[in-house]
Amino acid sequence: MALFNKKTSKSVAKDRLKFVLIHDRANCSPELLEQMRIDILKVISKYMEVDEMGIELTIGAQKSDHSSRQMPTLHANIPIKNMLGPKH
Amino acid sequence: MSEVIVVTSGKGGVGKTTTSANIGTGLSMLGKKVVMIDADIGLRNLDVVMGLENRIVYNLIDVIEGNCRLKQALIKDKKQNNLFLLPAAQTRDKDAVTPQQMKDLCIALKEEFDYVIIDCPAGIEQGFKNAIAGADKGIVVTTPEVSAVRDADRIIGLLEAHELSNPTLIVNRVRADMVKRGDMMSVEDVVEILAIDLIGAIPDDENIVISTNTGDPIVSNQTIISGKAYLNICNRILGEEVPYLDFSEKGLFSKIKNMMARG
Repeated sequence: MALFNKKTSKSVAKDRLKFVLIHDRANCSPELLEQMRIDILKVISKYMEVDEMGIELTIGAQKSDHSSRQMPTLHANIPIKNMLGPKH
Repeated sequence: MSEVIVVTSGKGGVGKTTTSANIGTGLSMLGKKVVMIDADIGLRNLDVVMGLENRIVYNLIDVIEGNCRLKQALIKDKKQNNLFLLPAAQTRDKDAVTPQQMKDLCIALKEEFDYVIIDCPAGIEQGFKNAIAGADKGIVVTTPEVSAVRDADRIIGLLEAHELSNPTLIVNRVRADMVKRGDMMSVEDVVEILAIDLIGAIPDDENIVISTNTGDPIVSNQTIISGKAYLNICNRILGEEVPYLDFSEKGLFSKIKNMMARG
């Protein structure tokens, strides 16, 4: 049966919507996120050596205190390779 | 206590005007004194959906510019004695009104009426801002499609930003057969995504097209399931708890009837 071996078009619609809405609500496009990733990397590189390829920057959602709707949140996962020594 | 309710959606063509017409008519059937405002300046339609297009003399802009008194511009419904329409101007654009003027108009209408129902234009620009300016409550209409739901989400955010928090949701044009096959998001799916309270769901029903053809809102026909669904919404607006209709029921019933007729 199609139901078991194939994703229904309804669940595809739901997944696509959830992704789009997270970015809409945050007013944050994938391009903006990439720009932010580059800027964050610049700042952090002053203090530590990080795994550039391993950086994950995503917009998620979290329950809000003010509204029944979820609030967007920024999640950054930045693997550290080495702390840089104190500057002279 | 009088209440101003704005019917909005973001995306065009999801059934805002039909919804406004049926909510207005339904509330008047339940004994409330109701006025409907067509806030879609330049693209008026609520008059034809109500079958009142031949009776328009003055419009919303005439009232705002002082060309006539408010009462002169209100058109009485063909059937309901306690239902009135304030039509939009067809030859002007939406910049002819300001949010403050709409607020003042709503305050004046609240003196006379139990409910003021505002049919909002599509989009999120000035026309939308005017339409919501005097509202106490928002109803968001969507269909179970990605584009309509996405725009509904935008509108919910904008309503909350304009202090119209906790709008309620109507899911329009639901096809029980497609939902069953997994090819259409269910009412529950849409509610889960938008995370606001549901106030009603309307099946995709050809009778609604027919009722628009004749200018006679479907809610006045209580033998039809979509007419019942609209009246249920009106009862929920009045604060009653009404169970939700099962749109697949009718199909199942006719199937059994067909089986019996054959057997």
